[in-house]
Amino acid sequence: MDGKKWGMVVDLDKCTGCQSCVVACQSENNIPINDEPLFNQRRAIEWIRVERYWEGEFPNIKARFIPVFCQQCDDAPCEPVCPVYATYHNSEGLNVQVYNRCVGTRFCANNCPYQVRFFNFWEPEWPESFHNQLNPDVTVRSRGIMEKCTFCVQRIRRTSRDAKKNGTSVEDGDRALNPACVNACPTGTLVFGDLNDSESNVAKLTESELHGDHGRGYHLMEDYGTNPSVIYLKKVDEDAELEEAHH
Amino acid sequence: MQEYSYASDKEINKSLLKDVLGMPKWWLAAFGSLLLVWLTGMGAYGWELNQGMGVTGVNRPVYWGFYITNFVFWIGISHAGIMVSAILRLTQAEWRRPVTRAAEVLTLFSLIAALTNIAFHVGRPWRLYWIGPYDFSRGIWPNIRSPFVWDPSAVGTYLIGSTLFVFIALIPDLAAARDRATGFPRKIYAVLSLGFRGTPRQWKLQAVAGILLSALVLPVFVSVHSIVSWDFAVSIGVEGWHSTIFAPYFIIGAIHSGVSAVAMLMALMVWLWKWDKYITPDHFDSIGRLLIIVATTWFFFFALEWIFALYTMESAEIALREWQIFKNPMGPLFLVFMITSYFIPVPAWLFKKVRRSPMGMFITTILVNVGMWLERFLIIVPSLQRRSPLEFDWGSYAPSIVEILLVTSTFAFVGMGVLLFAKVFPLVPIFDMKEGVRLRDEIQVGRRSVPATIRE
Repeated sequence: MDGKKWGMVVDLDKCTGCQSCVVACQSENNIPINDEPLFNQRRAIEWIRVERYWEGEFPNIKARFIPVFCQQCDDAPCEPVCPVYATYHNSEGLNVQVYNRCVGTRFCANNCPYQVRFFNFWEPEWPESFHNQLNPDVTVRSRGIMEKCTFCVQRIRRTSRDAKKNGTSVEDGDRALNPACVNACPTGTLVFGDLNDSESNVAKLTESELHGDHGRGYHLMEDYGTNPSVIYLKKVDEDAELEEAHH
Repeated sequence: MQEYSYASDKEINKSLLKDVLGMPKWWLAAFGSLLLVWLTGMGAYGWELNQGMGVTGVNRPVYWGFYITNFVFWIGISHAGIMVSAILRLTQAEWRRPVTRAAEVLTLFSLIAALTNIAFHVGRPWRLYWIGPYDFSRGIWPNIRSPFVWDPSAVGTYLIGSTLFVFIALIPDLAAARDRATGFPRKIYAVLSLGFRGTPRQWKLQAVAGILLSALVLPVFVSVHSIVSWDFAVSIGVEGWHSTIFAPYFIIGAIHSGVSAVAMLMALMVWLWKWDKYITPDHFDSIGRLLIIVATTWFFFFALEWIFALYTMESAEIALREWQIFKNPMGPLFLVFMITSYFIPVPAWLFKKVRRSPMGMFITTILVNVGMWLERFLIIVPSLQRRSPLEFDWGSYAPSIVEILLVTSTFAFVGMGVLLFAKVFPLVPIFDMKEGVRLRDEIQVGRRSVPATIRE
């Protein structure tokens, strides 16, 4: 298209683990209700999930939260293994999933080190009262296919289309452009934008935090060489480091 | 040292076609009970199609379970045919003669069983044909970077090759059956035997086709299971899978389980069809010797795989190996796998008494296949439930009743296939046995005269 590359910055030092991103995602993307039996079967679908880790040792212990979602890798391990091109890389740096092509081999999910790909083990169901709540811009996925975070591609598409129609350009930080999770985040942990646009917040944060001298930036599980489009920021807690080393 | 039956052509014809033209008493009962097991499995599959993959035990992160294990297992068994009919034919091992067709038929049905496992496994089996370059209206080719596209091409080649192989070797026997059958079966045999009259030219063409096919199908010998192993080996970040030794390791494992299955089938042929005149202790002895070599080579590769994995001293890899050996329930399964696939059968095969007894070979080879099934399971599942860096996503796997029924049904399916084949066509190649008798002679070695096979 016009040389965009969508990316996200996750400032872990700001994350409180409130889960509003999770709720926003569930309702934006027509994700079925994850009830207790589904969790116990380990088949809950959560395009974004907040993982909680403990840092340090009691009494100097801290809860740490990491929102994990599709990292939209540039060298995505899920893409080459799909026999039917149900997942491929589009021109805007997104790792997109074409539901209609998927036959459900689940090869991509095995090959994803972040485990952010979800299989529809059951036909999705909502209570009667929720039927009008479903987002008309998003496909309801049937059973037997894979799905995952799309960076709310429907919002990106709509905003780009509107901008083109009005002869304007897509604005950085536009709430209509931002994925649901970014809009819902109360602390500004999640920042979304075009990594190729040097004026955007994500590009600036990447420049200072990932490539800067005292940056807090890193890629999740960098050693797999997947080149994610998501950058995590985290100040190294020296107390915790010491405790860990001591331990 | 090969002793052959001194049966005349007439006797060979009569005894090998007896159960084709007639109906053995036990056949219906055996076929019926296998059919029942298979139908139960198909009922379970219907339930799975109706309800979705949720009725199986797979979950996140263990997305592959019993079906893929069983797929790899049956592809492994299918290597029996190529080993016995191509390799042993080209190396002119005389003892192969009575078992070539049984091995090829086993190959045929185990390949089909393997393919059905893929249909059991995928989320939308009714769209499975998209993996092939077929549905042109979609305007999309399959992704040839994916091992799941390599798989159908390799397995498809093997299936076509094996079918041709079985058919070419069957033509003279079909003609023999045609000459003895009456009524409707006669018409069928007449069509299938393609007008074979036993003229020298027809014999020559048939022999050349057989040798050509066994040479042409040789690449499949290395390709099929290499590609199956790459389903796992190309993965990044799955410890226990991404190993470069996988291709040869899987091939030799496949031959181990495949040849064992042939030995098991030989025992069944002796017991069920009473072909002890054609499948003698000498044959069991030969296949036992072959198995010792194959099993030990397999064990060598198995050890290499472990050494390569542990050599890096990566903590994730070590954690996985610890999980495979010391933790429940994988630890006990690993022990069973080790004992059954190598440490009982191979020492047992060192004894001539075991090698020469159908019962001894039957039990040991069944043990081998129990072990080899577990081997695949222990590669696939523990690697997926590995301790990945994201602790929130650790999970375990237990098969559901649907998976168990479907896996059992594939065994019933292969049994049914072999039984049905043996009912309709001679399972022991008649012309091949006669050729063996023709070529046999006695030669003088010192003061003893020993049986030998004479070729020009």
